[in-house]
Amino acid sequence: MSKAVSAMNGASFAGLAKVTETGLGGMITLRGDFASAKFQTAVKAATGTQVPATRKIAFGDRGAAAWMSPDELLLLVDYDSADAVVAKLSEDLATEHHMAVNVSDARACFAVSGDAAREVIAKVAPVDLEAGQFEAGDFRRTRFAQVAGAFWLDETGSFHIVCFRSVAVYMYDLLCTAAHPQSKVGIYA
Amino acid sequence: MLILECPYCGVRAEETELHGGGEAHLKRFGPGSTDDEFHDYLFMKENPRGVHLERWRHVNGCGKWFHAARCTQTLEVFGTYSAQTTEPPQEIKDKISAKRPGWTWREFKG
Repeated sequence: MSKAVSAMNGASFAGLAKVTETGLGGMITLRGDFASAKFQTAVKAATGTQVPATRKIAFGDRGAAAWMSPDELLLLVDYDSADAVVAKLSEDLATEHHMAVNVSDARACFAVSGDAAREVIAKVAPVDLEAGQFEAGDFRRTRFAQVAGAFWLDETGSFHIVCFRSVAVYMYDLLCTAAHPQSKVGIYA
Repeated sequence: MLILECPYCGVRAEETELHGGGEAHLKRFGPGSTDDEFHDYLFMKENPRGVHLERWRHVNGCGKWFHAARCTQTLEVFGTYSAQTTEPPQEIKDKISAKRPGWTWREFKG
């Protein structure tokens, strides 16, 4: 098999904030009934964490689970183990109505870090990023200018963005423009 | 700017995250219906000045469809509610009645 590469091959840009393409990540779309005990056990087995609360992301020892909608989770695992995790989920949920798909290669991931990270995101997404309104562990699906994307904030103050691979170049250029060194607004400073 | 709270994910989403889906609570007429019924279903939409019930989709968000009750004249939003219903819940009707006593919309009224 050919060597897997991410959409932007790890490109990075340093401006108001540091924009980095974070490379290959394992991503699984999992749909099902959150209230079902089997579903909860399967999520725990796949990622090591519980089913997250609404608009939250929960981290476990083998990955993370993010709340996408009332019946959909995004599971983040190692790129190489994604297929195995999907196989396990399909086995665990065989008797339940569900869907588990490895979407790793359909996605691109970015990180925005630094003092102005909140401002850079706020420029392009219609989300209140005031401290206290959006905190570590919060997860939000929204749009970034003209494309759909989701993001969360980690404990170190870095934002992680997930979007479709087909719009990776647009997303990277957009974030770099928003992080242009001479474009400071200072609203969250 | 229209701001609706998505009843599924709780986000107070502004217009650019949403997509309008037209009139709410349509009764569908398909195979077996008369031509007149099918015509009315397809073309005779409510277009009120005032209280209106609409479908919206949180397209750049959780992706779910939901219902919204709002006023087309003032852009005031009375409330949003689940898509899994064929009529507005009493709570929404009460909220509309509080602001627009005597309102009617198709077969629904305060």
